[in-house]
Amino acid sequence: VYRGGFDVPQAERLLWRAGFGPRPGEAEALAKRGLDGAVTSLLHPGRERLVGPRPHDDKGRALAPADAWGHDHCWWLDRMVRTSRPLAERMTLVWHDWFATSNAGVGSQKKMLVQNALFRSHALGSFEQLLIDVTRDPAMLLWLNGVENSKRAPNENYAREMMELFTLGANRGAYTERDVREQARALTGWRNRWKQGVGDYDFHYEPTDHDSGTKTVFRRSGRFAWRDACRLCVSHPKHASFFVRKLWGYFIPVPPDRTTEAALEAAYRRGREVRPVLEIVLRHPALYEGPRMTKPPVVHIAGLLRRIGAGVTSDAWSWIGQLSGQQLFYPPNVAGWDDERWLDTATFRGRWIGVQNILAKRQLDPAKGTAPADAATVLKRALAFWNDPALTDATHAALLRFAHTALADAGKQHWKQTQYPVLVENALRQLIAVSPDLQTA
Amino acid sequence: MSRIVCDECSRADVLRAVAGRGLPSIEPGMPTPAGTGLSRRAFVAKSLGLALSVYGVGKLGLFEEGIASAASGAQGPILVSVFLQGGADALSMLYPEGDPLYRKLRPRLAVSGGSAFAEDDRLRWHPALSPLAELHGEGKVTVLPSVGYDHPDQSHFTSRHFWEVGATDPRLLTGWMGRYLDAAGTPDNPLQGLSLTGSLQPTLATAKVPVAAIDGPDEYDFWAPGVWGEVETHMLEAIGSLGSAGSRDPAFRTASNVARQVDTLRRQLAPFGGKNAIAPAVQYPKGDSFPRRLAGLAAMVSAGLPLRCVALEATGEYDTHAGQASALAPALTTTAQSLFAFQRDLEARGVADRVLTLVWTEFGRRARENGSGGTDHGAAGTGFLIGSRVSGHAVGEFPGLANGLDDDGNLKATADFRSVYASLLEQWLGFDAERVIPGAARFARPRLVR
Repeated sequence: VYRGGFDVPQAERLLWRAGFGPRPGEAEALAKRGLDGAVTSLLHPGRERLVGPRPHDDKGRALAPADAWGHDHCWWLDRMVRTSRPLAERMTLVWHDWFATSNAGVGSQKKMLVQNALFRSHALGSFEQLLIDVTRDPAMLLWLNGVENSKRAPNENYAREMMELFTLGANRGAYTERDVREQARALTGWRNRWKQGVGDYDFHYEPTDHDSGTKTVFRRSGRFAWRDACRLCVSHPKHASFFVRKLWGYFIPVPPDRTTEAALEAAYRRGREVRPVLEIVLRHPALYEGPRMTKPPVVHIAGLLRRIGAGVTSDAWSWIGQLSGQQLFYPPNVAGWDDERWLDTATFRGRWIGVQNILAKRQLDPAKGTAPADAATVLKRALAFWNDPALTDATHAALLRFAHTALADAGKQHWKQTQYPVLVENALRQLIAVSPDLQTA
Repeated sequence: MSRIVCDECSRADVLRAVAGRGLPSIEPGMPTPAGTGLSRRAFVAKSLGLALSVYGVGKLGLFEEGIASAASGAQGPILVSVFLQGGADALSMLYPEGDPLYRKLRPRLAVSGGSAFAEDDRLRWHPALSPLAELHGEGKVTVLPSVGYDHPDQSHFTSRHFWEVGATDPRLLTGWMGRYLDAAGTPDNPLQGLSLTGSLQPTLATAKVPVAAIDGPDEYDFWAPGVWGEVETHMLEAIGSLGSAGSRDPAFRTASNVARQVDTLRRQLAPFGGKNAIAPAVQYPKGDSFPRRLAGLAAMVSAGLPLRCVALEATGEYDTHAGQASALAPALTTTAQSLFAFQRDLEARGVADRVLTLVWTEFGRRARENGSGGTDHGAAGTGFLIGSRVSGHAVGEFPGLANGLDDDGNLKATADFRSVYASLLEQWLGFDAERVIPGAARFARPRLVR
């Protein structure tokens, strides 16, 4: 357990890892609770309240997440911004990445939202139950061909990914190609219907499509069905270690030491519950003393909005998410997003455009600049706009250098002397938000 | 309704910008994606110092500097990697109509109506690949009818990783092109390894030198609301200074480093910012990012930008567990037409001799179709080498369905992807394959280039 001081910087880091960053005053309030109180408040958040104005698109219309293209992303972003249950919401994002389902293969925003609600309701609960519910979730049944897997014509897709990505991991000797084929047989029986204009509907289990014969999975034989397939995975001796390491990795960028890993596994094995594992993770010194993590793009944006008390007032966020490498409901593949590689020259530009989108409606008008100002003053104002984020000395110096250089260009021309400070302040707001300091936490 | 889902190749075309992410490294046992982890840190640490020394060069702007270093490298060969994501079906691309077992294994999915493959009378080209058949007739396509490796892995992520790192090693962190660039590239030129997919392709992951990812060369502009004129110029120049901050923290350093690469790249690509800066010499297929990116690439090659290795993903979703017939044809059509246009564009611009394109996929698919009108994961797949200087003769042969399937019912490999890489390094890039491909000596060196 972390025994160091739990002050605003620690509370802020906790809010970034276990949520979407602090709103003004939030880190201070959390720090007052102390580590134990802070972690408990995140793990037991009570009923959700959505704080702040309702979201809308660029034309001021209410979002239509089940229907309008891109509104699904904006709807969820809004929830991240306004929720009073940041950890539950962050875990919803974790499950979306863990059981990564893309609407590109599902073709129904409505079904994706149903799955999203499933992730949210299991956010901090039983992983076993989550796996069972995901296995019969319509979006997942479509995405990994669960409804095309029948007695007469097995389809291995879900069986393989369930073991490789969801519960056991590849290259660990946990399962064989034969297990994949046998698990596919156990999972047979899910069906649905399709109608023009309605799409896929009536997802149900059809006993006559199920292969009721004996299967041999992990060297055990039985007339296994789909629930057995799930339980075989979570009771596999190599499941707990897979689960805790993967979950840990969402919060802390360096692997747990052996003692910690043993504690995590023991906590998990007691009931396959998520909350006790998270409790260890969130109280671990590595979270507070260890290296920083790159914020996922959607966390970066949600955090900036929370920081200035702004809401979702644009439907551009979906394509901006896409440019930044994270469009919600469209993970790149069934393994989810690659948290090790959020930033490159292309996705950096996506984040830059995200900041543009926040600043566009808040830009200062240079024509209204009235007085000259020095670099330090302008930088102070720009930082105040973002609610005074902590910057490294080097970044602070680089920003100051830019402000000096740009203001010096004004020379002795009066209009430049009054307008350039405003241009520079706008530019500083942009640069601050894309600095390494604000892209990581 | 047909569906093809399961994995990385299940995105609509409009959502292509998220392409190119490798596998997550957190899952225990999964291969760590090339470009992550420790060597990434080493890369950041090392290039920080190197890049700083570059900034001290003086009055010469970085763009001019890029061009200057291009002057030495501009006539050098360029290797392009095109990835068919999801495991494209070998038995459809060049389908064995002459094999008596074909229709038995593929009662619903057997392809028909394609033109003959001149090198093997058992095989025919998928009708959608007729543009490649035409280039093959001109001697500009080398076919790999059954390329893979021993003990094939049927996981998308693992098999793709093997191809990306150029070894059957789950732990290797650098891409095979990345290791070539580390050895042959320079510390100041991100364009030497270019992902044209909107994010970094693991094949290009380096340990030392910088590489870049962009959506397209004409889409790399930066501006900010309420900022213009001289102040804007200074702001853009300041992006790189956010990156010179330096820190012992790996994530912070990565963010700094990317900011610096953004700065260099923005200057290198500045000439492509205007409208009509990319004027293709030929018609490319419309409405898809792959042909648009190839058109941009042809313009960059012809402008003499210092490119060495480029990675893209082809149009389409190849993980055809269901509804294969209706999904495969349009994907292959756009892919083949785009590659054809790219070749013709390069020819018209007079730079076709400098570009060689490798088309690959992580595995082929199961010989016997499944019950969903699709096919499950298989082993050996089809590859192509395209360019004016390829040998034009197939490497490895189609093994036949009677004796050419392994115990899982998957096509056996008759050519190893590492021997293809080794030959490309030596014959095309003029570089010692031993320095890039682990155990390169063990692999044959088929003649790929003339």
